[in-house]
Amino acid sequence: MIPLSYIVALSAFLFCVGVFGVLTRRNAIGILMSVELILNAANINLVAFNRYSNGTDALGQVFSLFVIAIAAAGSVVGLVLIIAIYRNGKSIFVDKYDLMKW
Amino acid sequence: MVNVAHLIPLFPFLAFLINIAFGGKLKNACGPVSVAASAISFVLALFVYQGFRSGGGSYSLGTWLSLGDTPLNFGVMVDGLSIMMLLVVTFIGTLIQIYSIGYMQGDPRFSRYFAYISLFMASMLGLVIADNFVMLYIFWEGVGLCSYLLISFWFEKPAAARAGLKAFVTTRIGDTGLFLGILLLFFTTKTLSFHDLQQISEGHGTVLAIVAVLVFIGAAGKSAQFPLHVWLPDAMEGPTPVSALIHAATMVAAGVYLVARTYPLFLVDPFALQTVAVIGGISALLAASIATVNNDIKRVLAYSTVSQLGLMMLGLGVGGYAAGTFHLMTHAFFKALLFLCAGSVIHAVHTQDIWKMGGLFSKMRVTATTFLIGTLAIAGVPPLAGFWSKDEILSAAYQNGHTVLFGVAVLTSFLTAFYMSRLIFVVLFGKPRSNLHPHESPATMTVPLMILAVFAALVGFVGSPLAHHAFQGFVGGGESSAASQANGGMMILSTVISLAGIGLAYLIYILNVNVLPAGMLSRLNGLHQLLLNKYYIDEIYDAFLVQPFLGLCRISYKIDLGVVDDLVNGVARFVAALSEFLRPMQTGLVQNYLLVQIVGLIILILTLGKLCFRY
Amino acid sequence: MFPVLSSLIFLPLLGALAILFLPREREDLSRPCALITTGTVLAVSAALIFGFDRTAPGMQFAERSLWIPQLNVWYFLGVDGISIGLVFLTALLGFLACLASNEIRDRLKEYYVLYLLLMAGMLGTFLALDLVLFYVFWEVVLIPMYFLIGIWGGPRKEYAAIKFFLYTLAGSVVMLVGILIAYFTTKPHTFNMLELAAAASNGAFDPQLQMWLFLAFYLAFAIKIPVFPFHTWLPDAHVEAPTPISVLLAGVLLKMGGYGIFRICLPIFPQGSASFATAFAVLGVINIVYGAGVAMAQSDFKKMIAYSSVSHMGFVMLGFASMNSIGFNGALLEMFNHGIITGAMFLLVGVLYKRAHTREMDKFGGLSAQTPLYAFFLTICSLASLGLPGLSGFVGEFLSLMGAYQGFPVITALSLFGLIVTAGYFLFMIQRVLLGPLNPDCRYYKDVSPLETLTLAPLVIIFVVVGFWPALVLDLQKPTLGMLLSLLGVTS
Repeated sequence: MIPLSYIVALSAFLFCVGVFGVLTRRNAIGILMSVELILNAANINLVAFNRYSNGTDALGQVFSLFVIAIAAAGSVVGLVLIIAIYRNGKSIFVDKYDLMKW
Repeated sequence: MVNVAHLIPLFPFLAFLINIAFGGKLKNACGPVSVAASAISFVLALFVYQGFRSGGGSYSLGTWLSLGDTPLNFGVMVDGLSIMMLLVVTFIGTLIQIYSIGYMQGDPRFSRYFAYISLFMASMLGLVIADNFVMLYIFWEGVGLCSYLLISFWFEKPAAARAGLKAFVTTRIGDTGLFLGILLLFFTTKTLSFHDLQQISEGHGTVLAIVAVLVFIGAAGKSAQFPLHVWLPDAMEGPTPVSALIHAATMVAAGVYLVARTYPLFLVDPFALQTVAVIGGISALLAASIATVNNDIKRVLAYSTVSQLGLMMLGLGVGGYAAGTFHLMTHAFFKALLFLCAGSVIHAVHTQDIWKMGGLFSKMRVTATTFLIGTLAIAGVPPLAGFWSKDEILSAAYQNGHTVLFGVAVLTSFLTAFYMSRLIFVVLFGKPRSNLHPHESPATMTVPLMILAVFAALVGFVGSPLAHHAFQGFVGGGESSAASQANGGMMILSTVISLAGIGLAYLIYILNVNVLPAGMLSRLNGLHQLLLNKYYIDEIYDAFLVQPFLGLCRISYKIDLGVVDDLVNGVARFVAALSEFLRPMQTGLVQNYLLVQIVGLIILILTLGKLCFRY
Repeated sequence: MFPVLSSLIFLPLLGALAILFLPREREDLSRPCALITTGTVLAVSAALIFGFDRTAPGMQFAERSLWIPQLNVWYFLGVDGISIGLVFLTALLGFLACLASNEIRDRLKEYYVLYLLLMAGMLGTFLALDLVLFYVFWEVVLIPMYFLIGIWGGPRKEYAAIKFFLYTLAGSVVMLVGILIAYFTTKPHTFNMLELAAAASNGAFDPQLQMWLFLAFYLAFAIKIPVFPFHTWLPDAHVEAPTPISVLLAGVLLKMGGYGIFRICLPIFPQGSASFATAFAVLGVINIVYGAGVAMAQSDFKKMIAYSSVSHMGFVMLGFASMNSIGFNGALLEMFNHGIITGAMFLLVGVLYKRAHTREMDKFGGLSAQTPLYAFFLTICSLASLGLPGLSGFVGEFLSLMGAYQGFPVITALSLFGLIVTAGYFLFMIQRVLLGPLNPDCRYYKDVSPLETLTLAPLVIIFVVVGFWPALVLDLQKPTLGMLLSLLGVTS
């Protein structure tokens, strides 16, 4: 069996990639995708810990399914927002928008 | 019948209410309402007098307020002094109100005038019967208010409006002295009742002398004594009957009354009496000297009032309790008479400048005759009223060894005779100096004049040796009858002084004799200017007290805006500046915020980990 | 028993709710609605005075029920000699100022809703006996006041409203800290003022802590009173607020500070209060003299009255400083009087402003001839305000000074100087506005209308009657103040 630490390392790597993507991508869709990566990192953790803590109830799997579903809903809202922003400003580059500036 | 005393102020007060509420409907009936009210009060005062003679005394109507454990009563003071004042105030008040009906005829605010006068009568009578300091203070301010309202009665004249303000504020300065005296007295002795004064005057020492001086400051404000005398001449902007009633006969005498009422306090320490006497003497001389050159018929009388009040204070101060109060009474009669005569003259000629008058004697016989009687009375020509009372004061000063004050009193008497004679010589005799059409005043005005003239002539006898000093016995003077024995030498002296004053005025103003050599005259010009400008006291006050104070007020306001408020706004500005400094941190870029978040998160995790796992 | 006190608080809330549900097109009904509500409140508070036992020192009509059990917070109302007069004052001024609100023309619905909310807050502040409840009402007063000044005010309304709000809030935050410290110091934890006072007399707070707690509460109250140097929000707020709101501001809001000192500082922190008595006296005399001096320098009528409030509240401070029966009675009476007299003064300023649209005193002159009834009201109110004996202002000032003299003769003597200046600026105002020749600009001014007379006359009647018979008010407060003094360890 693959040691847990390997899987956690993968999840950590995925998480870091996601965070890096969120922080550096200019394109809003890219950011959205990176967010998905972060969520997937969490999902891997959930499933892996469930498996390794000799649970029989598959709670982790259920939970990760919830996360996937909600992430899908979240992406929809995110995409809708991006479309709305695009219609307003003809751009989906986040550094073009500083409306929250004081 | 003493127990009707508290009703005496009530009737004028009712008249006040009636006149203020129904003045518009009553119109000319307002005058008679007020007159009737004071006439009733006079009759009641007579009853009280009768009751007092048959053994009545002070009584109380209940508690008004309690100060800790000390109740303040609605007490009614009935003794010789208060009955004397009651009789004088109601009697003269009634006559002056009758006179006012004629004088104020046709004034658009006729009813208001009588309402105020009635309110004044009520307050004044309340003041007289008050049996403790607080009650007295309440009515004391009440008469001050009426004085204010009546001085600025013709408020369209800016001078009248200003004079009212000046009178109120100046007397208020004195009143705070009185107020402070009351506080000090209360905390020293735990009583404010006049009945206890005799008793407490033993055993508290010099504190009571301070109380006495403070009380005297109040009295000085009301009685227009130096240095608070400046309001009284200006108060002449009011209607003349008001000047007669309030600013000559009654209210201004309240200060003298107060000193007489609290006399036991003054006897505690010679210093207190000394103060009264000296201030009285200064006022008497100062005002008399100003009166000799003033050209306004009413202001001459006003300065004369200040001077005579000073003389009363001097009398009280040198130990002549009965002398001072006696002069208070006689002065009320002849000064009221003089003011009413002046009013009658002004009514006829519509000017107050004496150099525009002249030769009025033949045109206004009743007024002129009564004026003459009043003048002789104040000048101290025997056997008129002023002679007896002034003589008493001179004797008191002399016998108690106050040589300087005696000299001051003599000089004042001489000046009084001089300026009063000057006044009537210029006004009544000689040739008319301008094109005036004088006419005798209506009967409502002349009848009171005649009655007052009779009293001004004769009222002195009640305190004269001929009546065995009945008055002095009645008010209960401190001095023994031996001290106020008839003093032949003094009488001759005072007669000589009076006649000298009159004679000098006669020489100058009737015969036009140059009494002084020409060179002397020009040298006196400076003095003349000084007197004409009232020693520049008003100007000095304005320059050294009023203006600096107003400046200080404006500066305080600037400080309030510029410092106190600016400190508050400074705090706000500081916060604003701080946020201005921190503002660039909010770039508005989502990724910047995220970065900060994540860095924060990492730090948090690291510290938490350190705390929890100690790796 | 019928919950009288709750009804006092909830009646205005109900009224506000009713007005909220008025349709926009029937906005004109909000004024009668508000009038009926405030009128009922006034009637209830009058009934309260009649039912009030003048001999009992303790709380009456008390209502108690648990509100937040976890924190031991109670909905606790009660009225005693200290608050009864102020409750009546609030109800009376609330009704009269509502009558005088006819000058408000726009956004009637919002105005009256906020107005009634303000009423509820003020009444609640005077009735609450639980610190949390007190604090809630204290803050509830702020919010409607902020909008009432900020929306219906004068040219600098936003500035004044924000300044008022932030200033007062700054004070109350400190008070909140004080409340919490007091809560956690007592065992068992309590917000109940009476229990706190009892605990304090058993030594729950050591003197050092008392001093700090006292200062925390005092800051909030001092800003409200206002005490120099925390007074500068007052001229701005007063000048910018519309007339009825100025009336409530001067008549009621300033009293909340004094009331707080009576209700919280003195009984709960007696030693703390005692150690600051001298400071009270000094601040009092500064208030009196400085306030009067600055008032003297004003040319704006309303600003002058605002500074005169600063000056008058100094007498309240002086009364506190006295720490004796005479002074306390004087301070409490002076608060009542000041509410009545200055309330009337602000109404009078409003009357003039309505006609002239200016408040510069030099723009008037000779109004005595043109508007005699107005002149009468203005003169008598000024006289009451400058402390003329026979009118109620005198009695309060007299007692305060009398009380303070015992401990602080020199300071009291200095404050007498303020009396002279007060006479000066009021009479100077009368001279400029009422006397002299009629200013041609004022030729068409109408005299006070019947409605305006209706708002002014009750106040005048009250201060005349109380002036003649001060025992009317003093008897209400005396037993309670006696008890308070015994808490302070002073035998009256």
